[in-house]
Amino acid sequence: MGFLAPEEWQAVALSLRVSLLATAVSLPLGILVAHALARWRFPGKQILNGAVHLPLILPPVVTGYLLLLTMGTQGPVGGLLAEMGIVVAFRWTGAALAAGIMAFPLMVRAIRLSIEATDPGLEQAASTLGASPLWVFITVTLPIALPGIIAGAILAFAKAMGEFGATITFVSNIPGQTRTIPSAIYAFLQVPGGEDSAMKLVVVSVVVAMGALLASEILARRVAARVGGR
Amino acid sequence: MLSVAVRHRLGDFALDAEFTAPPGITVLFGRSGSGKTTLINAVAGLLMPDSGRIAAGDWVMLDTAQGIRLRPHRRRLGYIFQEGRLFPHLTVRQNLAYGAWFAPRGAAREDTGRIVDLLGIGHLLDRRPGGLSGGEKQRVAIGRALLSAPRLILADEPLAALDAARKAEILPYFERLRDEVNIPILYVSHAASEVARLATTVVALDAGRVVAQGSAAQVLGDPAILPAGIRQAGAVLSATVAAHHPDGLTQLDAGGVALFLPALAREIGRPIRVRIAAHDVMLAVSRPDGISALNIVPGIVQRIHRGEGPGAMVVLDTAAGRLLARVTQRSIDAMQLVAGRNCHAIVKSVAVAPEDAG
Repeated sequence: MGFLAPEEWQAVALSLRVSLLATAVSLPLGILVAHALARWRFPGKQILNGAVHLPLILPPVVTGYLLLLTMGTQGPVGGLLAEMGIVVAFRWTGAALAAGIMAFPLMVRAIRLSIEATDPGLEQAASTLGASPLWVFITVTLPIALPGIIAGAILAFAKAMGEFGATITFVSNIPGQTRTIPSAIYAFLQVPGGEDSAMKLVVVSVVVAMGALLASEILARRVAARVGGR
Repeated sequence: MLSVAVRHRLGDFALDAEFTAPPGITVLFGRSGSGKTTLINAVAGLLMPDSGRIAAGDWVMLDTAQGIRLRPHRRRLGYIFQEGRLFPHLTVRQNLAYGAWFAPRGAAREDTGRIVDLLGIGHLLDRRPGGLSGGEKQRVAIGRALLSAPRLILADEPLAALDAARKAEILPYFERLRDEVNIPILYVSHAASEVARLATTVVALDAGRVVAQGSAAQVLGDPAILPAGIRQAGAVLSATVAAHHPDGLTQLDAGGVALFLPALAREIGRPIRVRIAAHDVMLAVSRPDGISALNIVPGIVQRIHRGEGPGAMVVLDTAAGRLLARVTQRSIDAMQLVAGRNCHAIVKSVAVAPEDAG
């Protein structure tokens, strides 16, 4: 990498890895939760809705600290996982967990809106034609809501790329392990002469964010044209 | 044979309807709010009624007494919705194949090629629904329902969203379904002309109850029922096409009586039904002379049904069949019309709209 020094490139590669994992793992769950919030009626729906949106409203440091308390090796969940040999605290997977949780509300909102905009009459038509609820979801709801799902995934990816507060609180700022682009920028700005490196990472951030938005726009437009039935 | 008994309460509205549907097209007929759509949705399983039993032959879809409540996808029905409801992300071909994919392997199914020909949609197969006209969409929707190997076809006002020209385009397809496809059809309508053309059996609904059941001629010819209101009153005659005249008129033969209508594109000898709206029929006690109307049908007053307003409905038995005439009570008194009196019904040829004959 000519443009980036090894240390900087490490942060970029790690950020991409963390964000991709966070998006990929949370997407199926996000679709499920969005569908439940859009279409199902069940007790505790408002509590689920609130829980999903909590990371959007809480200070990221609080979310990170709560993660540390529960998912840390001493925490109730983290301790159990540690006995099974899975440790996320102070690991890149932990960074992905923090980023995924912070991005989750944005993802769910976008997907939920597109599922709500899908005509329930089409789902009824599919069921009268013999499709079980699961098949209705796979063959009708999902493809028609696809533009919103893509938008939700890209939004979540971009948010994960930029996540800072919860990540640094939960998994600290370990080079090569948890030092993502925002953490690296922060670290470079703390040392004299680090402005150049910070500036380069800022450029990378802007390029990646713009690229993601552009890709989602093009993709969503293509899918919308197809789903629009022309 | 479909048998339906449904009780359901929705706020102030109570549905308590029971009827049986023999093969052919059974039309649920009534004004909006009479419970037609609630009833058909109960048959489809889109609405679970408080209590009832719905069975097609020995195929029980709902029996609340026995705790049977099949979900819609287990009922094997083809539902044609008012707005088509085609899947926008699939091509016409994929839409048509959708239902067949979920049908049981051994189910008796229609041949896709035959249905595509019957509906004239062969040139649309690779297109998506977004670019189709309303009439084309509805033809595809009919095909999609037929090809799902259904035991029963449901149609909820499938023509209501179309303009008159598109209605005239689709109506013949339902006539062909009735005559050529051996699947019973339950058809919701509030339009008397559709009932007259299509119905093998009419189930008249009013305020959630069945008020009459019978053939189109029986139900539409009874001034005491009028489920769609007095403006849609009109009798149905059975006739055959006798001749096409060069001046643009088609001559029908109805029980030996010659009727003249604006040109009908039907071959000679074909049986058709003609609905004659009650407000288009004039009465005369003696045969009128020097009058522009071409159809003058002698008959006997069978009974007179006086309404609350100034109007009255006169039921006339003629050789062509039963006719309804809506006239004023003042005319009835002036003409001294009573049951049993000889009388002539006068119908202008051009009063019969194209959708009322076929």
